[in-house]
Amino acid sequence: MADIDIKDIIKEENIVYKKSSILLDKVMHYCPGCSHGVTHKLIAEVIEEMGIQDQTIGVSPVGCSVFAYNYLNVDFQEAAHGRAPAVATAIKRLLPDKYVFTYQGDGDLASIGAAEILHACNRGEHIVCIFVNNAIYGMTGGQMAPTTLVGMKTATTPYGRDVDRNGYPMKITELIAQLPGTCYVTRQSVETAAAVRKTKKAIRKAFENQRDKKGTSFIEVVSTCNSGWKVDPVKANKWMEDHMFKFYPLGDLKDSTRDNPADYEQYIKD
Amino acid sequence: MGELRLMKGNEVIAEAAIRAGVDGYFGYPITPQSEVMETLMIRKPWEETGMVVLQAESEVASINMVYGGAACGKKVMTSSSSPGYSLMQEGLSYIAGAELPCVVVNVVRGGPGLGTIQPSQADYFQVTKGGGHGDYHVIALAPNSVQEMNDFVTLAFDLAFKYRTPVVILSDGAIGQMMEKVYLSDFVPRRTEEEIRKECGDWCTLGSKQHNYITSLELDSAIMEQRNLHLQKKYEDMQKEARYEEYMTEDAEYLFVAFGSASRICKKSIELAREKGIKVGLFRPITLYPFPSKQLYQLGTKMKGILSVEMNAGQMIEDVKLAVECKVPVEWAGRNGGIIPSPDEIVVALESKLIGGK
Repeated sequence: MADIDIKDIIKEENIVYKKSSILLDKVMHYCPGCSHGVTHKLIAEVIEEMGIQDQTIGVSPVGCSVFAYNYLNVDFQEAAHGRAPAVATAIKRLLPDKYVFTYQGDGDLASIGAAEILHACNRGEHIVCIFVNNAIYGMTGGQMAPTTLVGMKTATTPYGRDVDRNGYPMKITELIAQLPGTCYVTRQSVETAAAVRKTKKAIRKAFENQRDKKGTSFIEVVSTCNSGWKVDPVKANKWMEDHMFKFYPLGDLKDSTRDNPADYEQYIKD
Repeated sequence: MGELRLMKGNEVIAEAAIRAGVDGYFGYPITPQSEVMETLMIRKPWEETGMVVLQAESEVASINMVYGGAACGKKVMTSSSSPGYSLMQEGLSYIAGAELPCVVVNVVRGGPGLGTIQPSQADYFQVTKGGGHGDYHVIALAPNSVQEMNDFVTLAFDLAFKYRTPVVILSDGAIGQMMEKVYLSDFVPRRTEEEIRKECGDWCTLGSKQHNYITSLELDSAIMEQRNLHLQKKYEDMQKEARYEEYMTEDAEYLFVAFGSASRICKKSIELAREKGIKVGLFRPITLYPFPSKQLYQLGTKMKGILSVEMNAGQMIEDVKLAVECKVPVEWAGRNGGIIPSPDEIVVALESKLIGGK
């Protein structure tokens, strides 16, 4: 058998899968098993497939994904903790023909940035918000998040989350689905090939909604944090499926367009 | 000179912003500056120049909207008053850290806490010493008339883009609320996206294939130190922007140092003091950061005494003492809690603290 050179194999016609050109060649700082890497990849693929690299501005949060701008080859702004929806609002208002998205974790979006996300969604800003919910503060070392399940052990709930002491886990995605400014609110995950494909479809739809000026699109990605949860990645996926999905069920919460302003005018008609 | 009008200081900020080709205003209502956003909403500049005007959910959101717009290379601004300005400190620190240009108008009221809605200068420390976390400064311009409320909007944006820094127009409730004649600036068109790209180069995030990004984060301390040194060098360069006004200082033996509303009261006090044979003049810092220290040293060290007249408990006096290196006596006079001192009581303070006293 003749020697086969590696260059003979790596040919365009043989390629069945390749890294998106929007993903930069940088070593990610994410822990092995973390959901952020896959979610980044899906955003990159959607931007590449829609051909909108030079029309897209991302806004990264404070939290594990603070360095999202190091991995995605689009213009980016790094926002203060929780403020990404306010930052994105201004970018979109000033550049209405560009694509603007925020990428936020549960501490950033549902705790310190609850006001900003609710008001951006209520105004119906034509942006995409990607919400990675792993029920914990990863970057600061695994403290309780607003989405931490009751009984879940974290660095600040070492005996498990207790409602009397810590309040209830917040279903902020359900709150956001109630807001008239949102057009598409969905909860997905990325732990299986099928789930990855569904989440990619959701992200694509969200960016298309932005193009069509339908309102705010909001995608929660229920995720694992095996480091913070102190289990290996496989067990983390299993734990997520067994516990997180029960409290945070997957699927679309809303798929339409933002409410018609005319429906709101009747209340002060004489 | 432009169109002559009779207007409130706050209204002029709005009109000047439209005329300066500002791209976006993001604000939240607070007394005594709400007329800024109200005037913009009445004027509907989005129909005239395409300027975006948005009422945010909080001052925290509005300063972060300013961050987002500024990072696109757009001319963006907000306005507020003291409690709201406090809420903006986090955002201003990020804007300074990321080196973005923007303009913030602070129409100061009395504090601390919810304080009062009456005019004050008690935000001097917060504005001139940084305000938020980290080593940074903002350029602070202190108008003392409705005319300067107009003029400083353009000046503030020029300085903001020249140094890629936040510029604060430090006004007070009296200047914001009073009506005076004003020559409005001529209209300047908003810049096109191409013009912004040309002016800002590779830092503006307008969408590109160059991977422009804006951040204030750097985990490598060696690099972060270099960034800090770069900022400090910038603040050193800014010192040449120091602006001031002198009034009746040629023959003066005593000197009032005052900015904003207090400087206007001092002009009347000078008249009253000179009737009594006291030769007193006024040094008015127009930029509070950079503080015109060199100029004040040259003038102030020739005096028998300096009275720092402020509508606070004595904040600028620290910079006055540093400027004259305590070579001459420096005392404070003023009122707190939203009270504007009368010209008489300033003269009395001059006599008791510097002339009749020690």
